[in-house]
Amino acid sequence: MSDIYLDNNATTRVDPLVVKEMLPYFTEQFGNPSSIHKFADGVARGIKKARKQVQELIGAEHDSEIIFTSCGTESDSTAILSALKAQPNRKEIITTSVEHPAILSLCEYLEKDGYTIHRMPVDKAGRLNIEAYQSMLSDKVAIVSVMWANNETGTIFPVEQMAEMAHEAGIMFHTDAVQAVGKIPMMLKDTKIDMLSISGHKLHAPKGIGVLYLRRGARYRPLLRGGHQERGRRAGTENTASIVGLGKACELAMEHIEFENTQVKAMRDRLERGIIEQVPHSFATGDLNKRLPNTTDIAFEYIEGEAILMLLNKAGIAASSGSACTSGSLEPSHVMRAMDIPYTAAHGTIRFSLSRYNTMQEIDEVIKVVPGIVENLRKLSPYWDGDKPVADPEQAFQPTYA
Amino acid sequence: MWDYSEKVKDHFFNPKNAGAVSEANAIGEVGSISCGDALRLTLKVDEQSEVIEDAGFQTFGCGSAIASSSVLTEIIKGKTLEEALNVSNQDIAAELDGLPPEKMHCSVMGREALQAAVANYRGEEWKDDHEEGALICKCFAVDEPMIEEMVWANKLRTVEDVTNFTKAGGGCAACHEDIENILEKVLKERGESFDPTAVAETPAAAAPETPKAPLTNLQRIKKIEQVLEALRPQLMADGGDVELVEVDGNTVYVNMTGACSGCQMAAMTIAGIQQRLMEEMGEFLKVVPASEMEKLHTIGA
Repeated sequence: MSDIYLDNNATTRVDPLVVKEMLPYFTEQFGNPSSIHKFADGVARGIKKARKQVQELIGAEHDSEIIFTSCGTESDSTAILSALKAQPNRKEIITTSVEHPAILSLCEYLEKDGYTIHRMPVDKAGRLNIEAYQSMLSDKVAIVSVMWANNETGTIFPVEQMAEMAHEAGIMFHTDAVQAVGKIPMMLKDTKIDMLSISGHKLHAPKGIGVLYLRRGARYRPLLRGGHQERGRRAGTENTASIVGLGKACELAMEHIEFENTQVKAMRDRLERGIIEQVPHSFATGDLNKRLPNTTDIAFEYIEGEAILMLLNKAGIAASSGSACTSGSLEPSHVMRAMDIPYTAAHGTIRFSLSRYNTMQEIDEVIKVVPGIVENLRKLSPYWDGDKPVADPEQAFQPTYA
Repeated sequence: MWDYSEKVKDHFFNPKNAGAVSEANAIGEVGSISCGDALRLTLKVDEQSEVIEDAGFQTFGCGSAIASSSVLTEIIKGKTLEEALNVSNQDIAAELDGLPPEKMHCSVMGREALQAAVANYRGEEWKDDHEEGALICKCFAVDEPMIEEMVWANKLRTVEDVTNFTKAGGGCAACHEDIENILEKVLKERGESFDPTAVAETPAAAAPETPKAPLTNLQRIKKIEQVLEALRPQLMADGGDVELVEVDGNTVYVNMTGACSGCQMAAMTIAGIQQRLMEEMGEFLKVVPASEMEKLHTIGA
């Protein structure tokens, strides 16, 4: 069997139809969309069409609410810095403890400049406390930024409700929706969401293209100033080929959104059940009732994630892990820590994230391979003895930590 | 993913001496705070000769932690306790054909497990004497506690000071923001404030003078010597040294000696030396190990 790719929350394969759509924009329609000659006359039309396609997928009211950027991170930074710049008297930001580093690192940096950051905690299933959120809303807050879906566990936050609440309190609301767009249906015009970030490469478009959705009328200050591109809201010559590609990818995502929530979900559920039934001391993390259809994050207790990934990779299976070692950071994933998953489990979490390109045969192959890998690594683990953990593992093995 | 050597992969995929040794009489259990990994090393030591007859490991950790444990057991089997204690973490890493800088702590954990096991055999209590933390400088593998300690102990005030004392920041310079953050934090704790425009107090290499006329060959080589001389204390602090062998056009040939020779960090150290030489000399220079000299000449001929 050829290699199996289950790391679609990290990035996705560019759909061949997307590539096909993009190619003419490299060598034929390569003109600058601002130019007036035949090398450029199709370009502006291509961009316009792409804007419509994005608008359609997220249910925005106007296509001018779509601003093309270079990536999800740029969209996130633009949104937050814009809100601060436009409302200089508001010095607080509300976010969550499980956001992507694109938000958390920026907030940490802003904290040094004197801004107050409220990071909402989550419970053991990765859920927010909405009453506590309500009590944080005040006229000191410049913006609330809450991810639509978590990249590690797939847990979906009630952003529509939270945006309503922010709106009631007169506060701007931004959502990092890079994992959610294209996987779950959305209709932004029916919400009070002011800004939303999209990343192309998470939905079968290329890397290096993103979108900031900006509700008409929301106060805004650009991050990049210069030319008049994107109506002066994001200067810099348009990445035309990628914009057209992203448009096509949005159209395809729209076509497949039902498939994503039925077939892809069925594969995910079978994978999760198949593994957890066979592997003792393993469990799925996050809010299992409110999750992206393509994601499962499974903790294998008493072993470490990178070791699992290396053996999976040897077996031709690609996934990712929340362990410290895979990231080169000191801690296991901040998401696992925020959910209070014990260290011996947090280090052994593996995220399988599917796409419409996966098949049931692939899933069955993974279900066949995983139990053996876990068993082999547990044989090496000081917390494991024979076919079960040692009695009282935390007591039986107490290394001196340095 | 990490760029692991074939040896690391081999020891990970086919670990040697996995599991606990039966009738073990020396057990070391250590963990690394920096990644949550942990290792139990069990040894069977002959009480007459103090030779390690058998060694086994159980590891909760990543690929390189398992590989480091596996190779450690192979290295120490058949050695006496005294010989085994001479095994350094560099020896473990070298046996694996090197580890990525972020993963060097896996080899440190191996060495500490060994020390702990020997202490356990001798009925002593083993205590760890170093602290680990976030890796700041990836070029020279310097972590946060190390920089903090040096800033405290030597009253450092500038990034340049930190580089002079710890090497951190002397390579690609990408970590200078992180170093400034550490300075800011420690200086605040000391009741001072960080001034990014402050001049380094520590005697770095003599300030570069802009030459009025082009240097003669002899002047140029003398100046290169001076720069290396200024770098020497840092290398010697790590038990190594550098020796200038030849200057040929833009290429500077050096010998890395002492602990630097054979250390897998040598390549990075050389990159750091090159960076500094270019800065001080104000020209493009390439630093190459002298061992490459003959090879290059053969190709050139």
